[in-house]
Amino acid sequence: MATVRVQVGDFDVGAELAALRAGDRGAGALAAFVGLVRDLGHGEAVSAMTLEHYPGMTEKALAAIVAEAEARWPVLRSLVIHRVGELAPTDQIVLVAVTAAHRQAAFAACEFIMDYLKTRAPFWKKEQTPAGARWVDARESDDAAAGRWQKPLQ
Amino acid sequence: MITILYFARLKENLGVASETLDSPPASVAALLDLLRGRGGIWAEELAPGRALRAAVNQEMVPFAAALADGDEVALFPPVTGG
Repeated sequence: MATVRVQVGDFDVGAELAALRAGDRGAGALAAFVGLVRDLGHGEAVSAMTLEHYPGMTEKALAAIVAEAEARWPVLRSLVIHRVGELAPTDQIVLVAVTAAHRQAAFAACEFIMDYLKTRAPFWKKEQTPAGARWVDARESDDAAAGRWQKPLQ
Repeated sequence: MITILYFARLKENLGVASETLDSPPASVAALLDLLRGRGGIWAEELAPGRALRAAVNQEMVPFAAALADGDEVALFPPVTGG
Protein backbone atom coordinates (compact mmCIF):
# COMPACT_ATOMS: atom_id res chain seq x y z
CA MET A 1 0.00 0.00 0.00
CA ALA A 2 1.64 3.20 -1.13
CA THR A 3 0.78 6.84 -0.62
CA VAL A 4 2.39 9.68 -2.56
CA ARG A 5 1.67 13.33 -1.83
CA VAL A 6 3.05 16.52 -3.36
CA GLN A 7 2.09 19.53 -1.26
CA VAL A 8 2.97 23.11 -0.39
CA GLY A 9 2.35 22.79 3.35
CA ASP A 10 4.57 21.27 6.01
CA PHE A 11 4.05 17.77 7.42
CA ASP A 12 4.07 16.38 10.96
CA VAL A 13 6.52 13.47 10.92
CA GLY A 14 5.20 11.92 14.12
CA ALA A 15 1.59 11.97 12.97
CA GLU A 16 2.50 10.68 9.50
CA LEU A 17 4.51 7.76 10.88
CA ALA A 18 1.79 6.86 13.38
CA ALA A 19 -0.81 6.87 10.59
CA LEU A 20 1.42 4.81 8.30
CA ARG A 21 1.69 1.89 10.71
CA ALA A 22 -1.71 2.25 12.38
CA GLY A 23 -3.34 -1.12 13.00
CA ASP A 24 -0.69 -3.12 11.14
CA ARG A 25 0.24 -5.96 13.49
CA GLY A 26 2.63 -7.46 10.95
CA ALA A 27 4.90 -4.42 10.82
CA GLY A 28 8.07 -5.09 12.78
CA ALA A 29 10.07 -2.21 11.33
CA LEU A 30 9.52 1.36 10.23
CA ALA A 31 12.32 3.24 8.48
CA ALA A 32 11.95 6.94 7.71
CA PHE A 33 14.04 9.65 6.06
CA VAL A 34 13.41 13.38 6.32
CA GLY A 35 15.16 15.75 3.90
CA LEU A 36 15.75 19.33 5.05
CA VAL A 37 16.53 22.64 3.40
CA ARG A 38 20.09 23.50 4.27
CA ASP A 39 22.39 26.36 3.50
CA LEU A 40 24.62 24.80 0.89
CA GLY A 41 27.49 26.99 1.98
CA HIS A 42 28.74 28.20 -1.38
CA GLY A 43 29.78 31.43 0.30
CA GLU A 44 26.42 33.13 -0.03
CA ALA A 45 23.82 32.70 2.67
CA VAL A 46 20.71 31.00 1.32
CA SER A 47 17.72 33.01 2.47
CA ALA A 48 15.03 30.97 0.74
CA MET A 49 14.50 28.10 -1.66
CA THR A 50 11.86 27.50 -4.29
CA LEU A 51 10.90 23.98 -5.31
CA GLU A 52 9.46 23.77 -8.81
CA HIS A 53 7.97 20.56 -10.16
CA TYR A 54 6.16 19.06 -13.14
CA PRO A 55 2.57 18.53 -12.01
CA GLY A 56 1.28 15.19 -13.22
CA MET A 57 4.64 13.66 -13.98
CA THR A 58 5.83 14.21 -10.41
CA GLU A 59 3.12 12.02 -8.91
CA LYS A 60 3.57 9.37 -11.62
CA ALA A 61 7.34 9.27 -11.17
CA LEU A 62 7.07 8.95 -7.39
CA ALA A 63 4.44 6.21 -7.69
CA ALA A 64 6.66 4.31 -10.15
CA ILE A 65 9.67 4.59 -7.83
CA VAL A 66 7.66 3.31 -4.86
CA ALA A 67 6.22 0.48 -6.97
CA GLU A 68 9.74 -0.56 -7.93
CA ALA A 69 10.78 -0.60 -4.26
CA GLU A 70 7.74 -2.71 -3.41
CA ALA A 71 8.67 -5.16 -6.16
CA ARG A 72 12.22 -5.51 -4.81
CA TRP A 73 11.56 -5.81 -1.07
CA PRO A 74 8.71 -7.19 1.06
CA VAL A 75 7.34 -3.76 1.97
CA LEU A 76 4.07 -3.50 3.87
CA ARG A 77 3.28 0.21 3.53
CA SER A 78 5.13 3.17 2.09
CA LEU A 79 4.71 6.91 2.13
CA VAL A 80 6.36 9.72 0.15
CA ILE A 81 5.56 13.37 0.87
CA HIS A 82 7.44 16.02 -1.12
CA ARG A 83 6.91 19.73 -0.65
CA VAL A 84 6.93 22.33 -3.43
CA GLY A 85 6.86 26.12 -3.47
CA GLU A 86 8.68 28.50 -1.16
CA LEU A 87 10.83 26.99 1.60
CA ALA A 88 13.38 28.35 4.05
CA PRO A 89 16.57 26.86 5.57
CA THR A 90 15.74 24.25 8.24
CA ASP A 91 12.35 23.51 6.63
CA GLN A 92 11.40 19.92 5.92
CA ILE A 93 11.33 19.11 2.18
CA VAL A 94 10.68 15.40 1.88
CA LEU A 95 9.54 12.44 3.97
CA VAL A 96 10.01 8.84 2.87
CA ALA A 97 8.75 6.14 5.23
CA VAL A 98 8.48 2.40 4.79
CA THR A 99 7.16 -0.38 7.01
CA ALA A 100 8.10 -4.04 6.69
CA ALA A 101 8.20 -7.15 8.83
CA HIS A 102 11.95 -6.77 9.28
CA ARG A 103 14.38 -3.87 9.32
CA GLN A 104 16.50 -4.91 6.32
CA ALA A 105 13.65 -4.43 3.86
CA ALA A 106 12.52 -1.21 5.52
CA PHE A 107 16.00 0.35 5.50
CA ALA A 108 16.79 -0.74 1.95
CA ALA A 109 13.46 0.31 0.43
CA CYS A 110 13.61 3.70 2.15
CA GLU A 111 17.13 4.39 0.86
CA PHE A 112 16.28 3.11 -2.62
CA ILE A 113 13.24 5.39 -2.86
CA MET A 114 15.31 8.43 -1.85
CA ASP A 115 18.14 7.59 -4.25
CA TYR A 116 15.75 7.17 -7.17
CA LEU A 117 13.73 10.22 -6.21
CA LYS A 118 16.92 12.33 -6.39
CA THR A 119 17.52 11.39 -10.03
CA ARG A 120 14.07 10.58 -11.46
CA ALA A 121 11.40 12.73 -9.83
CA PRO A 122 10.94 16.06 -11.64
CA PHE A 123 11.71 18.60 -8.92
CA TRP A 124 14.10 21.54 -9.28
CA LYS A 125 15.55 23.68 -6.50
CA LYS A 126 16.25 27.35 -6.88
CA GLU A 127 18.15 29.14 -4.12
CA GLN A 128 17.73 32.79 -3.17
CA THR A 129 20.94 34.43 -1.91
CA PRO A 130 22.03 38.04 -1.34
CA ALA A 131 23.84 37.78 -4.72
CA GLY A 132 20.66 36.74 -6.51
CA ALA A 133 18.79 33.56 -7.36
CA ARG A 134 20.43 30.47 -8.79
CA TRP A 135 19.23 27.04 -9.87
CA VAL A 136 20.87 24.23 -7.95
CA ASP A 137 22.98 21.96 -10.18
CA ALA A 138 22.45 18.21 -10.12
CA ARG A 139 25.28 16.28 -8.51
CA GLU A 140 27.05 13.33 -10.08
CA SER A 141 27.11 11.65 -6.68
CA ASP A 142 23.32 11.41 -6.86
CA ASP A 143 23.54 9.50 -10.15
CA ALA A 144 26.13 7.22 -8.57
CA ALA A 145 23.89 6.63 -5.55
CA ALA A 146 20.96 5.63 -7.77
CA GLY A 147 23.21 3.57 -10.05
CA ARG A 148 24.48 1.28 -7.32
CA TRP A 149 20.98 -0.22 -6.99
CA GLN A 150 21.31 -1.53 -10.54
CA LYS A 151 24.01 -3.98 -9.51
CA PRO A 152 22.87 -7.50 -8.61
CA LEU A 153 21.40 -7.38 -5.14
CA GLN A 154 22.50 -10.79 -3.94
CA MET B 1 0.31 18.66 -32.91
CA ILE B 2 2.65 18.21 -29.96
CA THR B 3 2.92 20.21 -26.76
CA ILE B 4 6.35 21.17 -25.45
CA LEU B 5 6.84 22.10 -21.79
CA TYR B 6 9.94 23.76 -20.35
CA PHE B 7 10.91 23.71 -16.70
CA ALA B 8 13.27 25.37 -14.23
CA ARG B 9 16.34 27.04 -15.79
CA LEU B 10 15.08 26.36 -19.32
CA LYS B 11 11.68 27.93 -18.71
CA GLU B 12 13.30 30.97 -17.15
CA ASN B 13 16.04 31.52 -19.72
CA LEU B 14 13.95 30.72 -22.79
CA GLY B 15 11.15 32.88 -21.44
CA VAL B 16 8.47 30.32 -22.29
CA ALA B 17 6.70 27.67 -20.22
CA SER B 18 4.95 25.84 -23.06
CA GLU B 19 4.26 25.93 -26.77
CA THR B 20 2.76 23.73 -29.44
CA LEU B 21 4.13 22.51 -32.77
CA ASP B 22 1.76 21.59 -35.58
CA SER B 23 3.73 18.65 -36.87
CA PRO B 24 5.89 16.50 -34.60
CA PRO B 25 9.56 15.96 -35.45
CA ALA B 26 10.52 12.28 -35.69
CA SER B 27 12.27 12.13 -32.30
CA VAL B 28 13.26 14.15 -29.28
CA ALA B 29 16.69 14.57 -30.89
CA ALA B 30 15.07 15.98 -34.04
CA LEU B 31 12.97 18.31 -31.93
CA LEU B 32 16.12 19.57 -30.17
CA ASP B 33 17.76 20.22 -33.55
CA LEU B 34 14.72 22.16 -34.67
CA LEU B 35 14.67 24.26 -31.48
CA ARG B 36 18.43 24.92 -31.68
CA GLY B 37 17.83 26.18 -35.19
CA ARG B 38 16.03 29.16 -33.70
CA GLY B 39 19.51 30.39 -32.70
CA GLY B 40 20.34 32.78 -29.85
CA ILE B 41 19.34 31.65 -26.39
CA TRP B 42 17.74 28.49 -27.86
CA ALA B 43 21.01 27.32 -29.38
CA GLU B 44 22.82 28.22 -26.17
CA GLU B 45 20.46 26.60 -23.65
CA LEU B 46 19.94 23.45 -25.72
CA ALA B 47 23.55 23.11 -26.89
CA PRO B 48 24.64 19.45 -27.06
CA GLY B 49 27.04 19.88 -24.13
CA ARG B 50 24.41 21.23 -21.73
CA ALA B 51 22.92 18.92 -19.12
CA LEU B 52 19.41 18.27 -20.39
CA ARG B 53 16.70 15.69 -19.80
CA ALA B 54 13.54 14.89 -21.72
CA ALA B 55 10.21 13.30 -20.90
CA VAL B 56 7.52 12.18 -23.34
CA ASN B 57 4.01 11.84 -21.95
CA GLN B 58 5.45 12.30 -18.46
CA GLU B 59 8.05 9.52 -18.63
CA MET B 60 11.78 10.19 -18.87
CA VAL B 61 13.16 9.06 -22.22
CA PRO B 62 16.46 9.03 -24.12
CA PHE B 63 16.78 11.61 -26.89
CA ALA B 64 16.35 8.84 -29.47
CA ALA B 65 12.71 8.38 -28.38
CA ALA B 66 10.21 8.74 -31.23
CA LEU B 67 7.50 11.40 -31.17
CA ALA B 68 3.91 11.05 -32.36
CA ASP B 69 1.00 13.38 -32.85
CA GLY B 70 -0.57 14.32 -29.52
CA ASP B 71 2.57 13.79 -27.43
CA GLU B 72 3.46 15.96 -24.48
CA VAL B 73 7.21 16.56 -24.53
CA ALA B 74 9.01 18.14 -21.58
CA LEU B 75 12.56 19.51 -21.60
CA PHE B 76 14.35 20.28 -18.35
CA PRO B 77 17.71 20.24 -16.56
CA PRO B 78 18.67 17.20 -14.45
CA VAL B 79 16.37 17.04 -11.44
CA THR B 80 17.40 18.31 -8.00
CA GLY B 81 14.61 17.33 -5.60
CA GLY B 82 14.80 15.53 -2.28
